Amino acid sequence: MTNLQVITLVSVGAHPTSGRPRRAEQDARAVELGLRLAGEHLQVLHAGDAESEALRSYLGMGLGELGVLQQSAADDALPVLADYLSGCGAQLVLTGTQAETGEGSGMLPYLLAERLGWPLVVGLVEVEQVDHGIAQVLQALPRGQRRRLRVRLPFLASVDNAAPVARQSAFGPARRGNLEALPAAAQADPLLTAAQFQPARPRPKRLKVIKAKTGAERMKAATAKAAGGSGQVLKDVSPEAGAEAIFNLLIEEGVLR
Amino acid sequence: MSDLIRRDPRAEWIARNRLHPLHAATQPAVASWLSAAGVLRKNPHAVGFIGPNGVKRIDRSGAQQGGAAKRSTASAVVQLPLHVIEQPAFYIAVVPDMVGGRLSAHDKDLLGLAHKLAGSDGAVVAVIFGEHKESTFDCNGVDRLLQFADDAFDGYAPEARVLALGAVERQLAPRHWLLPDSRSGGGELGRRLAAKLGERPATRVWQVADGMASGRAGAGREDLVQRAPRLILAAVECAEPVSETRHEVRPLALSEALVSHLPRIQDLGAVAVDPAQIPMAEAEFILSGGNGVKDWALFHQAAAALGATEGASRVAVDDGFMGRERQVGASGIWVTARVYVAVGISGAIQHLQGIGACDKVVAINIDPTCDMIKRADLSVIGESAAILQALIKRVAAHRQGGARDAA
Repeated sequence: MTNLQVITLVSVGAHPTSGRPRRAEQDARAVELGLRLAGEHLQVLHAGDAESEALRSYLGMGLGELGVLQQSAADDALPVLADYLSGCGAQLVLTGTQAETGEGSGMLPYLLAERLGWPLVVGLVEVEQVDHGIAQVLQALPRGQRRRLRVRLPFLASVDNAAPVARQSAFGPARRGNLEALPAAAQADPLLTAAQFQPARPRPKRLKVIKAKTGAERMKAATAKAAGGSGQVLKDVSPEAGAEAIFNLLIEEGVLR
Repeated sequence: MSDLIRRDPRAEWIARNRLHPLHAATQPAVASWLSAAGVLRKNPHAVGFIGPNGVKRIDRSGAQQGGAAKRSTASAVVQLPLHVIEQPAFYIAVVPDMVGGRLSAHDKDLLGLAHKLAGSDGAVVAVIFGEHKESTFDCNGVDRLLQFADDAFDGYAPEARVLALGAVERQLAPRHWLLPDSRSGGGELGRRLAAKLGERPATRVWQVADGMASGRAGAGREDLVQRAPRLILAAVECAEPVSETRHEVRPLALSEALVSHLPRIQDLGAVAVDPAQIPMAEAEFILSGGNGVKDWALFHQAAAALGATEGASRVAVDDGFMGRERQVGASGIWVTARVYVAVGISGAIQHLQGIGACDKVVAINIDPTCDMIKRADLSVIGESAAILQALIKRVAAHRQGGARDAA
């Protein structure tokens, strides 16, 4: 699969505690996946400031260079990325699920896919095989499950925390790597005029509201056991009949694969 | 009917009048009396009273006088007031996740938020795909139900679903679209819909108040406050679920037929994952063993046959049959499985706390009075080894049948 043309889109992340700029967790996983697929042919792209030091930690993962579409923090990354990707002949574009700074709505891969007219795979874990322009991929589902999909190239894929863990960033390659600024026509993002950012407020804890009118009802609500109550009990049945009942419930719930 | 004790003057009058034809029938059973021969006769059946659990209790302190049985009061089920919207001024569309065919807690919060946005003249439309097993749509605030029960929406079909939602948009033009910002489908479907409709959504919204939506931004260190847009992807606990009204779940149908399309992403089905690799806290299906399991080799074999993640009660862990990381309960892991099968676990309160978030609990136990049976949705009373063996056989037969079908 080394002839696959892969582009990974990266952003600058923020440390969850200190808020210091760093490589974004999911984007680093996308780079890792790209390195496994395309090796040294992987192309990594960022829309933002080419002077940003945090971008060097992506270079430290073993990249020779990183393309930066030059724009300011208040600009919209979507049009420049869409323009660049439509003309570059990529077959697979990898992104993280959600940015760690700014709005972080997670809409970028969806809007890019809509603009480019490409299919989008959410939660990519592994590309199993590619032949005749059709890729067979594994998708992560909640609760550790996986699903196999077949999708035609070119396509976009977003990567979440189920993807392989990113390799460490080495200091020497990070210094030696080249941040290459590419020209881009930046457009301002209209959101920032309409909305405002505030420091996150802690969310109110949900209280257990008891809507009891009388003292007896309040007493009952305070002392009631958390029991289902209406369970079905099979007594004096053969093991086969009991197993059949359990089996039917498992089939009905769809947990037996 | 209330629990107030009311006097019945007529019954009292009959009790005083020994010549009344109903006197004998209405007299309570007397526990002891002096017979004509002067012998004290006792009726042991008339002693005591029936307690609240249906068990006969005898109070020897003298406070309770025999025969005064508690009047049975049929506990009336409270009917919540029905909230009827005949001609809705506008619609609020909600697309619940329906994990396992039922409304999740997240879905219910979302319906509560929709109800808040709908006020008294809007109608809440729930759009669901495929079959469902939910029976409480009415108590959770669904005014209209739009169900797409086509084969095209089975499995992973986000593109078909977005097309269907586009048709809903054209017909109803809802004032707001609400989707759960969850990993089980809602977050993805909502963002696809937003890209399709060209609406900029508010994501991870945790509060909508006075027309302003507050949602987490970035990595959660900041909030983004904006005017509530048409499309809202809401986080858990975004609003209180509906609890005070009942709603008519009036079915709604689309007037236009859905156009079929060729999916660009083909679903090849679920991949078998090693259940032992899945973290216990997020495993979907857990087979848990306790003190009643004697044959642990058989237990492991059953878990492998069912494809379930293994769990254990504290006793089984203390006895060394399972690792500490497999312990379910207050001092172990709080699990969130959809189906939890407890084999030989009597259900200590610490264990029941740990499985509080489980949907369906199945108990296999030899003791019909244990607490686990009271919690379980299905209990089988019997020897666990025999039942597990029968279950392994049944699943093997099912698997073989499936393999034959596939070939």
